[in-house]
Amino acid sequence: MSKSKFILLIIFYFFIFSSSSQSSSDDLVNKISKNIRCLICQGQSVYDSNSEFAESIKLLIKKKIDEGVSENDIYEYLKIQYGDWIVYEPEFNKNTFFLWTIPIFVFVIGGWVIFRKIKFFKL
Amino acid sequence: MKKNTLFLILLIFTIFCFIVLFKGLSKDNSYKPNINFGKKLSSFEGKNFFNDQLVNSNELFNENKIYVLNIWASWCAPCRAEHSILMELKKNKLIEIIGINYKDNLKNAKKFVDEYGNPYSEILIDEDGTIAISLGAYGIPETIVVDRNQIILKKFFGAINNKSLKEINSLTK
Repeated sequence: MSKSKFILLIIFYFFIFSSSSQSSSDDLVNKISKNIRCLICQGQSVYDSNSEFAESIKLLIKKKIDEGVSENDIYEYLKIQYGDWIVYEPEFNKNTFFLWTIPIFVFVIGGWVIFRKIKFFKL
Repeated sequence: MKKNTLFLILLIFTIFCFIVLFKGLSKDNSYKPNINFGKKLSSFEGKNFFNDQLVNSNELFNENKIYVLNIWASWCAPCRAEHSILMELKKNKLIEIIGINYKDNLKNAKKFVDEYGNPYSEILIDEDGTIAISLGAYGIPETIVVDRNQIILKKFFGAINNKSLKEINSLTK
């Protein structure tokens, strides 16, 4: 392989690698910003909003990802600044106990009722 | 008998859901900013407004004073309205005002300070708005009062007024 072809190949791989790492970082920014509430918008996530607030949050998320901060740590950081309300998916704690347990309770009771009904009709 | 038990369970569950949802209706679910009183300010870094040198927030709070962090921009009308209050606040020697210039055109911001006066002992440039986010701001103007240990004492959303001026000054007494 000639020297020029070798250099071209290296440049090609460099671009492929840099664009794929760039897109994975962007994907993570999108993923996180979809789960962050835009506090100054009506019913919009940071991902959906183009407000100054949302744009700054997106940039901050990107900066944190580039610094190597994990996804959970970014959520925690934003929760410290703005409270739990900023995250769409609430974590399990004493305030969200019923929110998380009632669907399971309804599922189990519903399943039991259906099971009983099926058994009743079989008999 | 079994039918009655099932009916009773369903009735209790329906009443429970009704009470929970009814209570929820009367609850104010509009966003209340998280004020973080008593919590330490997150550290931040920004370029100095006048000499472009990088400044870390930890270098700013080194005297035994009350520090007022004011997020402002030349394009923000309420910032203009509160500027005279900041100039008044500057007269208190036990207070240092630090400006965070939010997403502004530097030329316009300098013109603003020249025209209305400079109440700030230090101004950091927040080019992309990330400093404001690390301070928990959600709009401008916003004013955060901290002590030497960077513990948040007060937060003012929107333009400060004479009442806020009194409240901040009272912290030095």
